[in-house]
Amino acid sequence: MSMDDLPNHGQGLKLSARPQPAGALSTVFTLAWRAMLKIKHVPFQLFDVTVTPIMFTLLFTYMFGGALAGSPEVYIQFLLPGILVQTIIFITVYTGVGVNSDIQKGLFDRFRSLPMWQPSPILGALAGDLFRYSVASLLIIGLGLILGFRPAAGMFGVLLAFGLVLVFSFAVSWIWIIFGMMVKTPESVMTTSFLFLMPLTFASNIFVEPKTMPSWLQVFVHINPVSHLTNASRGLMHGTDVSADIVWTLAASAVIVGISAPIAMHMYRKER
Amino acid sequence: MSLAIETERLSKTFGEKRALDELNLTIRSGSVYGLLGPNGAGKTTAIRVLSTLLEPSGGRATVLGLDVVRDASAVRQKISLTGQYASVDEDLTGQENLVLVSRLLGMSWSEARTRAAELLGAFGLSDAKSKQVRTFSGGMRRRIDIAASLVTRPEILFLDEPTTGLDPRSRNQVWDLVRQIAAEGTTVLLTTQYLEEADRLAERMAVVDHGRVIAEGTSHELKSSIGGNALRFQLANPAQREEARALVSRVVGDTVLPNTDPTAISVTVSGASVAAEVLNALSNARIQLTDFSLGAPSLDDVFFTLTGRPPEQSASDKEVLP
Repeated sequence: MSMDDLPNHGQGLKLSARPQPAGALSTVFTLAWRAMLKIKHVPFQLFDVTVTPIMFTLLFTYMFGGALAGSPEVYIQFLLPGILVQTIIFITVYTGVGVNSDIQKGLFDRFRSLPMWQPSPILGALAGDLFRYSVASLLIIGLGLILGFRPAAGMFGVLLAFGLVLVFSFAVSWIWIIFGMMVKTPESVMTTSFLFLMPLTFASNIFVEPKTMPSWLQVFVHINPVSHLTNASRGLMHGTDVSADIVWTLAASAVIVGISAPIAMHMYRKER
Repeated sequence: MSLAIETERLSKTFGEKRALDELNLTIRSGSVYGLLGPNGAGKTTAIRVLSTLLEPSGGRATVLGLDVVRDASAVRQKISLTGQYASVDEDLTGQENLVLVSRLLGMSWSEARTRAAELLGAFGLSDAKSKQVRTFSGGMRRRIDIAASLVTRPEILFLDEPTTGLDPRSRNQVWDLVRQIAAEGTTVLLTTQYLEEADRLAERMAVVDHGRVIAEGTSHELKSSIGGNALRFQLANPAQREEARALVSRVVGDTVLPNTDPTAISVTVSGASVAAEVLNALSNARIQLTDFSLGAPSLDDVFFTLTGRPPEQSASDKEVLP
């Protein structure tokens, strides 16, 4: 039945027959469009992803620079590839926060009752988050260049490092999606995730070389995937051989996605 | 007669709690059907199972002959759900929300924009199309939410407490919408705590309590199932209430239902002559009345008789005046 052969009742409430269901790619794209619209309507959402990176970069460069490396200009060569890693990993939490608020507001109920490819809302949200990660990365790298960061491998190396950080952040986001579906409020997603993020990013080689740390901490720092990602990021930006760290990071990302994505999708399909 | 919904001993437990306890429903296509019950009776759980959001713990449910677990994605092709909370994105505008749902249902961008504009017009929301939903009033939110469920024609529309929290004017608007949707041939299953709502909209209804159907039928059938007529009267002096209740109970030979209004008493009587006896007895005992009426029992009376509890929200009590 087409819309036209239905009588026009009162307010003109015409009901049309359902079109062919949308393809998976199309629904993911549409939901990514929704994520962009949210940023457009609530630009404050970008506040965290812009102010935090700027603050972290300035703070750590000038606070530790002189003490650790003699001058901020020397230190930023070491710090910037790492602060990029830390900042982006921190803002992956917003993926979980977004999922949680969509659930609380009943939006996922509507999505789940629509005849579409079920993972679309989650992948659409992730696509929107990748945009945020890119904005934050661009700011950090731009600010770094102003402050005197000179990547030996040039912009191509920086791009490769950025790509690797995105891959790892995409993987970590899945963990927060699980959190987002488990806890009751967006605030608890934040609080719980920081319990993990603080040790993961600070007990790493982002700020200092681990050789002065106690041996038990060194053990943790060496197995911490964040350290491998930081090494890889540094190497790619400065043109040293870090293929082992790159492989390590990609493998860690694959393992994280391999475990958390199926759990997240299972939880998404089941009741809450 | 084709069936829109059929459940057979449908059960759902959350830990210890039995939200649905062998719920049996048979709902014909092309009607408005009401699920009536107090908070926590299992109405929302039933809707969530039927709209494939929850898997049942036991029993089975079919929607248009399709099993809600095995054929979940085929069921989703035929239904729309408007949940208890406005399930639209508050950050987006009304128009963007409708375009979003239209796109997710498979329309092209231009079809989606056309459809969104049509729906905004039909729901009286054209003026607010560029406003974020978070700035909408309660009634507007409900309308945009229902509009999002009508982007394409669902064979079954689930409405979970569509008018809870709405002012009377918005409630009337939603009622008109439900009638129009039903007139277009969509089966509507609505849950409500308001007996008046079920009475006005639903051809048939099930009274649900503790996850079970405790009564089923048309509003008329439910009312006549408790038998007799309802005699209601208002006392001039509330202090005489107990005396009046005792007297009325003696004349009728049945207990008098309690009432939240301290001056009101209502009782089920078998006929007009018994009603006359009651009034006569009250007059002889010098108990003055300000008002009385004899009429069909309201759904409130039905609900009370069936559950032993007054309903959460009282429907209007203006039935029939003699």
